[in-house]
Amino acid sequence: MTTPGVLQIVVFFLVVVALTKPMGLFLTQVYEGRRTFLHPVLRWLEALIYKLCGIREDEEQKWTQYSFALILFSVVGVVLAYVLQRAQGHLPLNPQNFGTPVMTPDLAFNTAVSFVTNTNWQSYSGESTVSYLIQMAALTVQNFLSGAAGIAVAVALTRGFARQQVKTIGNFWVDLTRGVVYVLLPLSIVGALFLCSQGVIQNLKPNVVVQTLEGAQQVIPMGPVASQESIKMVGTNGGGFFGANSAHPFENPTPLTNFVQLVMIFLIPAGLTYLFGRMVKDTRQGWAIFATMSLLFLIGVAITYPAEQAGNPILTKLGLDSTSGNMEGKEVRFGVSASSLFAVVTTDASCGAVNAMHDSLTPLGGLVPLFNIETGEVIFGGVGAGLYGMLLFAIVAVFIAGLMVGRTPEYIGKKIEQKEVKMAMLALIATAASILIFSGISSVVDFSKTGYWNPPGAGTANLTNSGPHGFAEILYAFSSGAGNNGSAFGGINTNTPWYNLTMGLDMLIGRFLFIIPLLAVAGSLAAKKRVATTSGTFPTHGPLFVGLLAGTVVIVGALTYFPALALGPIVEHFLMYSGKLFAAVVGSLPIWS
Amino acid sequence: MLKEIGPAIKITLLLTLLTGLIYPLAVTGVTQILFPHQANGSLVTAGGKFAGSELIGQTFAKPGYFHSRPSAAGSGYDGTASGGSNFGPTSQKLTDRVKADVDKFQKENPGHTGPIPADLMTASASGLDPHISPDAAEAQVDRVAKVRGAPADQIRSLVASATESRTMGFLGEPRVNVLKLNLSLDNRYPLSR
Repeated sequence: MTTPGVLQIVVFFLVVVALTKPMGLFLTQVYEGRRTFLHPVLRWLEALIYKLCGIREDEEQKWTQYSFALILFSVVGVVLAYVLQRAQGHLPLNPQNFGTPVMTPDLAFNTAVSFVTNTNWQSYSGESTVSYLIQMAALTVQNFLSGAAGIAVAVALTRGFARQQVKTIGNFWVDLTRGVVYVLLPLSIVGALFLCSQGVIQNLKPNVVVQTLEGAQQVIPMGPVASQESIKMVGTNGGGFFGANSAHPFENPTPLTNFVQLVMIFLIPAGLTYLFGRMVKDTRQGWAIFATMSLLFLIGVAITYPAEQAGNPILTKLGLDSTSGNMEGKEVRFGVSASSLFAVVTTDASCGAVNAMHDSLTPLGGLVPLFNIETGEVIFGGVGAGLYGMLLFAIVAVFIAGLMVGRTPEYIGKKIEQKEVKMAMLALIATAASILIFSGISSVVDFSKTGYWNPPGAGTANLTNSGPHGFAEILYAFSSGAGNNGSAFGGINTNTPWYNLTMGLDMLIGRFLFIIPLLAVAGSLAAKKRVATTSGTFPTHGPLFVGLLAGTVVIVGALTYFPALALGPIVEHFLMYSGKLFAAVVGSLPIWS
Repeated sequence: MLKEIGPAIKITLLLTLLTGLIYPLAVTGVTQILFPHQANGSLVTAGGKFAGSELIGQTFAKPGYFHSRPSAAGSGYDGTASGGSNFGPTSQKLTDRVKADVDKFQKENPGHTGPIPADLMTASASGLDPHISPDAAEAQVDRVAKVRGAPADQIRSLVASATESRTMGFLGEPRVNVLKLNLSLDNRYPLSR
């Protein structure tokens, strides 16, 4: 590890700390419907949207109505994104003439679900598959809408804690509109202009062919990248314009853009912790959640960075300089430190943008992103998703604490009873089951070669790596799907009907079987009375609670996924140090002898 | 609850218009005026023709040029197929590739002693990495100087002027832009044809 390397991690963290309160105050104003400094410029737009869509700003919804609106909105989003993609060959702004055949029904379904669920898993590579119109009108749009929907759910759940003896938790359409108009759009505009000034491209031109110095022809890709890049980061979406995502020099050209992109990922999730404290009228509660997230974030970096810096002993033996660390799948301008930091941040959040290829990380370096995703991305997390995920763990944590002392658990003055705990467990079990069952089936399933469902044949024939790392590619894919992350151990080719459809289902389960139980919790909590704090109340703003909450996240994750992780990155770590190599994939797993 | 269908469809279409057309087109318009060079790919010209982008790496195989990193983008630095090798650390293919590249490097740079800079033997994440580390450039100076018939110190000073340091002293890593370096080589010490 180098001094500048450590310094950029520390400075990044301090910038996030400094931005949390101002961002949180602004978000609180927006979602409480108070006047912000942007109202003189944007209030007309908000009002116009309500008017044209027939939305009544002052009308509130019960949790069932709120959920129904969200589901309906998502269905419309999936249908529209699907139709647009399938029709791309007949639509304008398609200078490379990408036709409909490359956008197969299963791929279009996967991509539509992927962007609507804020996952942004990509079975395709943008520069060879998707027209500019689709990038803008289908994919960029869902970057905004899925992000705004996620924040809306977090705010609705927060209202459940903040209110008492009411039936309603807000209005989905109003929360959605405010998120887009006052939060995501302004941040994206500023971000896009900054990124473009640093070299991120933004045009509608066809690709340019140049003659290289050695006389060969090289295609330089073009497109409206900056506008998608900025919302991809602030909305924690993570779906790249190009296949290489934020490693591509046209998406992330300099160390400075890299630093700014990292801050953009954590900006809203960190601000939401402050919003939580503010709305429940006890900012210490928000900071306790912030502290838990910070602790887990720093632990992750402290594992990944040294693991990547130590490099790959197998390559060192071949004569490579060990001091430069593991550089396979990394860019020189970012190096080991900024790449390790990015890998941790993008999986702490449910962002999924990558500036290094996670598939080529060292086993322990890759274990942290995988584990981050599997614990539900609650370390700052996705916009909204991080806060509501962490509140779910808070419910589990006070439940465990309540069992230990034999008292009805309370959190933020609300009694946590059967219904809340059941709903929290439903969300946790649904995602875990989806990840583990789909990974298990894909590891053993066999199809006829060149058939429809999976042309390569067996589910493992789609992998680049074999042995434990091959298994990790499958496990990472379904974890990323259910976690709505979108990053990948990219050696797996998921653009076949089998993977496109199972991953699509995986993403839907991870999004909606998480959100709907939590909205039910919100409704149930809002109806409850706030109980008075007594000497017997377990305080949820101190270091003891931070430790308990962080412990709950890690222990629930470890208990659920340890066997799978042991078969993947953990055994791979020991095999790497013993110099064991794995050749091409043959047949089905496990094949590491 | 079915009355929500109207708002669902209307708001989706309206926000598609706002965030999917007006927003990206407005950003395109503004950036084309404010930052036309960057917005259009930071292209560089040589002899009046486009010779590449200063942000996108190129394949360099001739001994008189500084070589880029191995690339997994298509058959190498293919702008339509960005990506890494995705080889895990225990991949046989990774070891085979690195072994072959190490042998080639040692043959091409017989003067080099000690460990080889890792970035020069590993594929980048994008397959389009425009940079190599200063160490990786230094490892090739003797070879380039010999082919170009120039003193090694002169080549070294070209490398130094093509080297970018860490932003604000702590962000990212020091790096050499290979295309810019090779362009300045061609200017100062043209290869005899």
